[in-house]
Amino acid sequence: MSSKKSSSRIMRHNKYGYIFLLPFMIVFVIFQLIPLISTIYNSFFENYMSGLMQIGPNFIGFANYAKLFSSGEIEKYTANTMIMWIAGFIPQIIVSLLLAAWFTDPSLRLKGQRFFKTVIYLPNLIMASAFALLFFTLFSTVGPIHSIAVNLGWIDQSFDFMKSTASVRTLIAMMNFLMWFGNTTLLLMSGMMGIDQSLFEAAEVDGATATQIFWKITMPLLRPIFVYVLITSLIGGLQMFDVPQILTNGDGGPARTTMTLIMWLNKHLYSKNYGLAGALSVILLIITGILSIVVFKLTAEKEVKA
Amino acid sequence: MKKRMSTLMSLAVVAAMVAPMAACGSSTASSASSAASSAASASTAAASSSAAEETSSSSSAAEEVAASSTSTAASTSDAGADEGKVLNIECWNTEFQSRITDHYPDYQKVDDTTGKIGDVTVNWIITPSDDNAYQNNLDSVLPENESASADDKVDIFLMEADYALKYVNSDVTMSMKDLGIDPDKDFADQYQYTKDIVTDSDGNMKGASWQACSAGLIYNRAIAKEVLGTDDPDEVQKAVSDWDTFNETAKKVKDAGYKMTATVNDTYRVYSNNVSAPWVDGTTVKLDDNIKKWVDDSKAMVDAGETGTDELWSDAWSAGFAAPGNVFCYFGPAWLINFSMGAAPDQDDDGSVAHEGGWGMCVGPQSFYWGGTWIAAATGTDNPTLVKDIILTMTTDEGVLKDIAMKDSDCVNNKKVLDELANSDDGNNAILGGQNPYKQLAAGAEKVDMSNISAYDQGLNESFQTAMGDYFTGNSDYDTAYQAFVTSAQEKYPELTFE
Repeated sequence: MSSKKSSSRIMRHNKYGYIFLLPFMIVFVIFQLIPLISTIYNSFFENYMSGLMQIGPNFIGFANYAKLFSSGEIEKYTANTMIMWIAGFIPQIIVSLLLAAWFTDPSLRLKGQRFFKTVIYLPNLIMASAFALLFFTLFSTVGPIHSIAVNLGWIDQSFDFMKSTASVRTLIAMMNFLMWFGNTTLLLMSGMMGIDQSLFEAAEVDGATATQIFWKITMPLLRPIFVYVLITSLIGGLQMFDVPQILTNGDGGPARTTMTLIMWLNKHLYSKNYGLAGALSVILLIITGILSIVVFKLTAEKEVKA
Repeated sequence: MKKRMSTLMSLAVVAAMVAPMAACGSSTASSASSAASSAASASTAAASSSAAEETSSSSSAAEEVAASSTSTAASTSDAGADEGKVLNIECWNTEFQSRITDHYPDYQKVDDTTGKIGDVTVNWIITPSDDNAYQNNLDSVLPENESASADDKVDIFLMEADYALKYVNSDVTMSMKDLGIDPDKDFADQYQYTKDIVTDSDGNMKGASWQACSAGLIYNRAIAKEVLGTDDPDEVQKAVSDWDTFNETAKKVKDAGYKMTATVNDTYRVYSNNVSAPWVDGTTVKLDDNIKKWVDDSKAMVDAGETGTDELWSDAWSAGFAAPGNVFCYFGPAWLINFSMGAAPDQDDDGSVAHEGGWGMCVGPQSFYWGGTWIAAATGTDNPTLVKDIILTMTTDEGVLKDIAMKDSDCVNNKKVLDELANSDDGNNAILGGQNPYKQLAAGAEKVDMSNISAYDQGLNESFQTAMGDYFTGNSDYDTAYQAFVTSAQEKYPELTFE
C-alpha cells in the first residue's frame, strides 16, 4: 500500500521535472538545434550575395568542403589557433596549479586569500574586446610600452609590435593567459579541496615532502578536474576570436599569421557566404565533438576506478 | 490543508534563499530583506508618482499629437496630398541631418532622431558604418522597400562613393529622371566626377551630392621652408608635380630628418583615383599599372625610411598633426583640414600645426578626391515630391550651398559657388595660414575622373592595402602578398577570378 503510494508520488514529481526542463528544451531547440541542423543543410549549397544579387542556393554536395581543404588555408588557421592556444595555456596551467596548491595548502596559512582570489579573477570580468583594445593602445608605436622599451634599448625605434608575427602571437597568448588563469585556478582549487585531507595528513606523518605530496597525491587525484580544464580550455581555444579580432582589426596580421578559424569564418560573412561558412562550422563542430567524447571517456574511466 | 502548508513552506524557503542573493554584501539576511523591501516600495512609489507627473506634463504634448493627427487626417483627405506622412532617411551619422536642420527651409527639429517638414514626420535611421553594418542594413531593407507598409518605407538613403555603384546598378535606387529631375539641366553646375560616381551602366543618374571633395597635397610650411626654401604653394607644387619629382623631394625631406608622408596609405587614393581601367572587367580582376606603381613607389619609400606603414586614422598617422610636426605632407580634402588636423588659430590652443596656421595646400602629383555623401531615393518611396525637393534644394540651390560652405566648411558641389569663394576673402582658410584653397580644389574637382569605378572598389581596395602592408613591412614578398590579396578578395566576392 505504502510502496504504491510512494511510487505515484515519484511519478508526480517526474512530471515537475519535465516541466522544469521545458524552458531549457524550448530555448535549446529554437536557438541551438534548429540553427545547427540548418547550418549542416546550408553547407551543401552554393549560397552567397554579390552586392545586392543573391547567388544560389544551388546544391553542390561536398564542393564547399573540398574547397576548404584544397586551398590549404584551413590548415594554416588551425595551426595559428593551436599555436596561440598552447602558448597561452602552458603558462596558464603552471601558474594556476601553483596558486591552487598554495591556496589549498593549510600548512602555509596564506593571509588575504580572499583578496587574491578576487584579484586574479578580475581580468576575466573585463570584456575581451576592451582588453584587446587596451593592449593595442599600450603596444602601438606611439604607446607607452613601445617608448619605454625603446628608451631601455630593448627594441629599435622602428620596431612595431603589431607588425611582427612573434610579438602579436605572444600578445594574444599573454592576454588569454591573463584573462583565464584566475578561472582555472578556482577550478583546480575546487578539485584540490575535494581531495580527502586525511591523505595529506597521512603523507605528512610518513615524512613526505611538499613536492612529493604534490606529485604523488594531489596530481593523480586531481586528474579528472585537470582533464576537464584541459579540454574546456582547448574547446575555448579553438573558438578563439574576440582578442585577436580586435587586436589585429580583423585582419589577423601580419600576413594572416594570427588569424584563427573563427576569424576566418567571420571573413565569409562579408559576402554572406552561408555555404562555405556552414561547411567550416560543421568541421569545427566535428573537431569539438571528438574532443568532448575524449573528455567524457577519460573522466568516466576515472570514476569507475575510484 | 497539509498540501497548502507545504506550498507555503517551500515558498518561504525560496524567499529565504533569494533574499540574501538579491542583497548580497549586507551583514544579515533580515536587514537585507527589509532594506530590499523598503527600497522596492520606495521605487514603486517613485515610479507611480513620476508616471503621474508624466501624464500631467505630457498632456499638452498629447494634445499636440492629437492636433497634428487630425490635421494629418484632414490633409490626407485632400486630393493633392496623397503622399506619405513619414519620411524615413537611412544614414550612418548625423552629418546630413545637421545640414538639413541648418539649411533646409521648413525643417523643424523635434528630437535627436525625428523632425518635421510641414506635416510630414522625418525619421533619421542611423546605422554606423563600422563592420559594414550600414550596408548590411540597406541590403536587408531596400529590396523589400516597395512592399513595406507606407510608414516604414525608406524614402532617402545616403551613400559613399566607395560602394555607391552597388546600389546605383540595382533596381533599389530610383533614377533622378523618374523623380522629375533633369540631370543635364538641374545638375549643370555640379562637377562631372560627382555625377559619374552615381551613374549606372545605362547612363542614368541615381543620386546627387552637395559636396565635391576634391583633395590636394597639404604640406607643413615650416618643413617646406627648411627643405625647399619656400612655402609658396606654386613653388612647392613644382617640387611635387609628378611622382618622380615627389620621390626626389622625399629623399631631401628624409635627409632633413622628416618623413615625406605619415604612411603609405596616404598616397593610395591618389594613385587609385587615376587608374586607366576599372578594378574588375566582367568578373576578372585586373591590377592597374598605377596601382602597381603605388606598390613599387611605396616599397621604395618605406625601405628608405621616408614613410611608415600604419593605418590611416591611427595615432601614429596623426602624430604629424602635432606641432612642430615631423611629416612633410598629408593628402586630403577641405574636411580633413577643417575637422581632423587640429584646432583653428581662433580656437583654444591644442598644440597642433593647424593652430599655428602652419599648413599649406597645393594640387600634388595627381588630382583625386576623398569622401563625400550622395543622396539617393529608394525605389518604393511614397514621398517622391518631397524627396525631389530635398535633393534639388540641398545640391543645387546656390544660396543654400553658399551657406553650407560658409557654416560647415564643406567644399560644395557647385562650380559657380566655388568660383565665387575662390575669388573672395570668404574662402581664406586660417589653418592654411590664410591661403584660399578653393582655386586648387575647384581646379582639382574638374580634373578628377571617376569613370573607372566599379562596385567592387571598396572591398578590393581594403584587401589590397592590407595585403600589401605585409609586403612593405617585409613580412611577405610581393607574390605572397598578392596571393593574400586574392584570398581575401575571394572571401568577399566568391565570383571573382584573377588573371
